[in-house]
Amino acid sequence: MALDKIWVFCEAGDDGVATITLEMLAKAREVAGTVEVFCGGDGAACAAELGDHGVTAVYATGDLDGRMKGVSVASAVAAAISGGGVAAPDAFLLGTTYDGRDVAARLSVKLDVGVLSNVVDLRLDGDRLVGVEPVFGGTLNVTSRFTGGGPDVWLVRPKSFEPAVVGGPPAEVLDLPVPDLGSTGGAVVRDRFTEESEGPKLDEAAIVVSGGRGLGAAEAYSMIEGLAKQLGAAPGASRAIVDAGWVPYSYQVGQTGKVVKPTVYIACGISGATQHLVGMKGSKNIIAINKDSEAPIFAVADLGIVGDVHKVLPKLTEALESR
Amino acid sequence: MKVVVCVKQIPDPADPGALDPETRTLRRNVKLILDESDSYGVEMALQLVDAAGEGSVHLVSMVPNDEVSGLRTALAMGADSATLISDEALAGSDALGTSRVLAAAIERAEPDLVLAATESSDGYTGVVPAQVAELLGLPSVTFAKEIAVEGSTATVRRQTEAGADLVECPLPAVVSVTAGVVEPRYPSFRGIMQAKNKPVDQLKIADLGIAAERVGWAGAGQEITDVAEAPERAAGEVVVDEGDAHERIVAFLDELKVI
Repeated sequence: MALDKIWVFCEAGDDGVATITLEMLAKAREVAGTVEVFCGGDGAACAAELGDHGVTAVYATGDLDGRMKGVSVASAVAAAISGGGVAAPDAFLLGTTYDGRDVAARLSVKLDVGVLSNVVDLRLDGDRLVGVEPVFGGTLNVTSRFTGGGPDVWLVRPKSFEPAVVGGPPAEVLDLPVPDLGSTGGAVVRDRFTEESEGPKLDEAAIVVSGGRGLGAAEAYSMIEGLAKQLGAAPGASRAIVDAGWVPYSYQVGQTGKVVKPTVYIACGISGATQHLVGMKGSKNIIAINKDSEAPIFAVADLGIVGDVHKVLPKLTEALESR
Repeated sequence: MKVVVCVKQIPDPADPGALDPETRTLRRNVKLILDESDSYGVEMALQLVDAAGEGSVHLVSMVPNDEVSGLRTALAMGADSATLISDEALAGSDALGTSRVLAAAIERAEPDLVLAATESSDGYTGVVPAQVAELLGLPSVTFAKEIAVEGSTATVRRQTEAGADLVECPLPAVVSVTAGVVEPRYPSFRGIMQAKNKPVDQLKIADLGIAAERVGWAGAGQEITDVAEAPERAAGEVVVDEGDAHERIVAFLDELKVI
């Protein structure tokens, strides 16, 4: 038996509704009769695209005027369903994103319900959802469900589902007023910075080239960027070199970073700790270059090169240049 | 300025133990260490107190047994004191149960600023900092890359999908710190010796006025229904580089028609 209603947290940018949102919508439609979204910002701009993905209504706060999305959206949703005349959904789906986690966390306290995080699959078991979460670097899949009264709050990893266009009229835009946030609302965005990157985004690129501790020094990361540029790929990183401060957190692939599933993933000087594997082993093809023939990365690689990245990468980049 | 840092003691990620087949949770009877993710919050707190010219760094942590070795590591880095809520009732706590306990302990410390990692390395739910903030009725800024405190205002550079936001936030507040943004100091020998005598206040949940059914298995409101081995990915061809391995990679990329 399908659920009556699911609410999906909608995130959007200049290029439309975020992929993670569209992915969750596809799954939500499979398991629920009605799929609606809630968002912190302008709903009208997304209404047509959301309708195309089967959404019937978008509850939107309107411009937040610099207030933080997490506390604003969670407070607005809690107010709407606790006295605002909006029927609570059976479940909320939010992406494991910077803002998605904030909204889920605040919402769970306001509704006094738990959150299940890092879910990569959802299905119906009777009249309730169960979710699958990979643990130990993806070697084990743990299936969980909520036992309380609900609504259930799920945080979904990107790349778990395929977006699907079903065609539908534009979603109806409804107001989701943000109540007085009191002492929780003090944080305000004063300025926004866009990190200009030339190539494709890490989680959308067809090819990802990642570097790890085997590079030896922060300067050697330029070899990764050079190869990535040559291939039209996105550069990525293991947690070790992010922790070491060589590259920003936004480059990190893995359990505590981004999940990527490109056509080709090239791991350079990455040993393959479970922390990293869970973020990339869904790639269609994996190439690994590492000095240590015993490195765990070779257990998941379609093509493994036992060799020194400092020797292989320059030759590889040069060979591609000369084609 | 009083800074509280939430820290977690976790099984060594190099030897994480296993799931207990009966309870289907992580076995915690292995040696616990300070989660490396938390070392950035500790370092950030020490730097902020240094910059302020006065203040203290207090740790808050919880564990079902009475393990303190991870806390001693953070104390050896320079933190001044710690509260450890150690109670068997905490076993099986979910993120919200964890946040209830941490929030109650933080409230008693009356901090100006609460720091935490963005997520733990083992459970990685990523929701505890904002839950703690909500429970305490405080503003929060997550995924901080930089923090500066001026009077009773924190200015935080926050990671976003597009780049970064510069956020201004009145104190007290909860801020979660992204890994890699500061370089955690290694404990000195003197620091390690001093840490042995720094105060660690051990509490039970009853001391915080928290009922057992709000934490642990009872409070989690969720259950594991299945644990299964994930399908393994098969290893492919392995080539030892003899100076021409790049040609094999080019050929592989050619076969895939991506170049």
